[in-house]
Amino acid sequence: MTEHANDKAGTSAPVTAGGAPAARATILGRIRTALADVPASEQPDDVEVPRDYARSHAGSDHVALFAERVADYRATVTRARAREARKVIAGSLSARGVKSLVVPDGFPADLLPDENGLAVLTDEPPLSVRTLDAAGGVLTTCAVGIAVTGTIVLDAGPGQGRRALTLLPDYHLCIVRSSQIAEDVPEALERLEPTRPLTFISGPSATSDIELDRVEGVHGPRTLDVVIIEEP
Amino acid sequence: MPDNVTWLGTPAFPEAARTALGNNQLRTNLRKATGTIRDKRLAVTGELADWEQLRDAGAALKLRTLRHLDSHLVRLEEAVTKAGGTVHWAADAAEANRIVTELVRATGQTEVVKVKSMATAEIGLNEALAESGISAYETDLAELIVQLGDDRPSHILVPAIHRNRAEIREIFRGAMGEWGRAAPDDLTDEPRDLAEAARLHLREKFLRAKVAVSGANFAAADTGTVGVVESEGNGRMCLTLPETLITVMGIEKVLPSFADLEVFLQLLPRSSTGERMNPYTSMWTGTTEGDGPSDFHLVLLDNGRTATLGDEVGRQALGCIRCSACLNVCPVYERTGGHAYGSVYPGPIGAVLTPQLVGVADKQAASLPFASTLCGACYDACPVKINIPEVLVHLRARAVDEKRGPVPSPETLVMKAAAMTLSSPRRLGWAQRFGAIGGRLVSRGGRIGRLPGPLKRWSDTRDTPVPARESFRAWWQRTRGEGRS
Repeated sequence: MTEHANDKAGTSAPVTAGGAPAARATILGRIRTALADVPASEQPDDVEVPRDYARSHAGSDHVALFAERVADYRATVTRARAREARKVIAGSLSARGVKSLVVPDGFPADLLPDENGLAVLTDEPPLSVRTLDAAGGVLTTCAVGIAVTGTIVLDAGPGQGRRALTLLPDYHLCIVRSSQIAEDVPEALERLEPTRPLTFISGPSATSDIELDRVEGVHGPRTLDVVIIEEP
Repeated sequence: MPDNVTWLGTPAFPEAARTALGNNQLRTNLRKATGTIRDKRLAVTGELADWEQLRDAGAALKLRTLRHLDSHLVRLEEAVTKAGGTVHWAADAAEANRIVTELVRATGQTEVVKVKSMATAEIGLNEALAESGISAYETDLAELIVQLGDDRPSHILVPAIHRNRAEIREIFRGAMGEWGRAAPDDLTDEPRDLAEAARLHLREKFLRAKVAVSGANFAAADTGTVGVVESEGNGRMCLTLPETLITVMGIEKVLPSFADLEVFLQLLPRSSTGERMNPYTSMWTGTTEGDGPSDFHLVLLDNGRTATLGDEVGRQALGCIRCSACLNVCPVYERTGGHAYGSVYPGPIGAVLTPQLVGVADKQAASLPFASTLCGACYDACPVKINIPEVLVHLRARAVDEKRGPVPSPETLVMKAAAMTLSSPRRLGWAQRFGAIGGRLVSRGGRIGRLPGPLKRWSDTRDTPVPARESFRAWWQRTRGEGRS
């Protein structure tokens, strides 16, 4: 029956000052009544969860699997050695005809193309949504890759920037280092810091809403290129 | 209890299904869509040799959650609050709508963008906001089709599954202009062009939106992390660009721990859209300085869930992760479509969830547990192993008990008579002899067709073969019997 947790709500949002604490007590009370059959001595962890599922479904070469699975979503994947990465990135940008490129803070300078005619937009001070919407593309690193599902995870860390940067431009070029690629979902989650803003990206934006058939390209970037930098 | 889960005025399932079955276009659309998704789901679930172990883990995690729901919710509240969010509790739909409406009002805005959310559909939030002069724009493609077509959702994942591409083109051409940017004049019915039209139509709304309303697929109690699983990027737009984010989440969506997502992020995409992973999943914990909304509100919704939790057999329905695999494999759903269920939750899971959320005293909801052949395909497909047939049978019993009044119904009398007959070999023998004679009198061409009087409702929908002249028991006794047995 404590109203403690709503003290904060009471000061910041007048709407909760009246009804919410009552609702909280009501709901928690109803739950306890509904669970009368659960022994009082039982702790949440006492309910056994069988964990005999596989920690990974990747085979021996999970980097190759990652490349294959990302490409299955109709993203373009290129594998490059560290010393040729910059050239590959520049090649992708010019092949896509990108003239203005958003580059988040912390993106490695040695990977950034210095081509003439490429305008680099930095997010300092923060770019407006209109500017982002009009930008030709965005170039980022990532936090983690997942081989089995062909997924890239961004956590707003260095070289990735805030979430809007990879959302509004219609083209996203993402750099993944081979050491960042986890074999499968369980390993990827272990590598992530849950409290950072996380975005899991599996291919370009898509929908299955018309006759349950997949079509690429709705609100997120319609083109996704991935460059995997092979590390020894 | 105010009931927003079911649609007022919808007839009980048998009547609604009869109308739906007459719609050939609907049946063609559904057959095509569910057939496509069934094949895709089987292909990607077949890739994982340990799919059954994952299902077992998913089911056990949901059981662990539900058996200690109160403690997980309190932990979640603490973690979200600590991370800068505000938690609200809503005992029913009216309370949730009031909370959201006042939160929007406090921002001074009169429009919100919405991520597809079953919870907000269930509470009728859009209608409640409209009453307060706030426009809610659905941004999921299928929800947009439903909203522009002034229609109702017919599927959990793809609310416009009953529409084919040609119908969608007509809806876009007819209604987009009234809501914002009109569809191009030369719009074709190619899915790619239709998706492009939606992109352009909604872009303006995303860029100016100050308030978003979402649902949630899960929230981890240990970290306070909330997640939305989606495909198009409309979710990311709503969760990232506005200043205020209001998330309405059913209390059963909490998970004990962030690490538990390792199971559900494998089960959900493969079961719902038949993909190894859905295009986008967003996770956020409270608010983050300089990235995304600066004001985050989480509304925890009961609205019948605690009543469902109180039923030891029925509570497993709360484990549902809204993948809709059970709809796609259901022979009844494939033929009637979702509207016949008269609820935001159609199909097999709807048939067990709706009557529990609104109570079996509701005549329409009470008809839903009977909307099944009990074939069990839903149970096989369910990624968290909800034993839907078991709950259906259990709810049928509850629905019958509910109807039991001081005056027995004709059905009850027939069942009593049958029980009496079947419990005595002598009475059964008499009944078989009279049945054989009576049956021949009313039959035509070896079948008994429509009968008058109290038998009309039974015989209107099925032919019965004429009973044999001699029953097996009588034949046995005549040819092999040694006196009375």
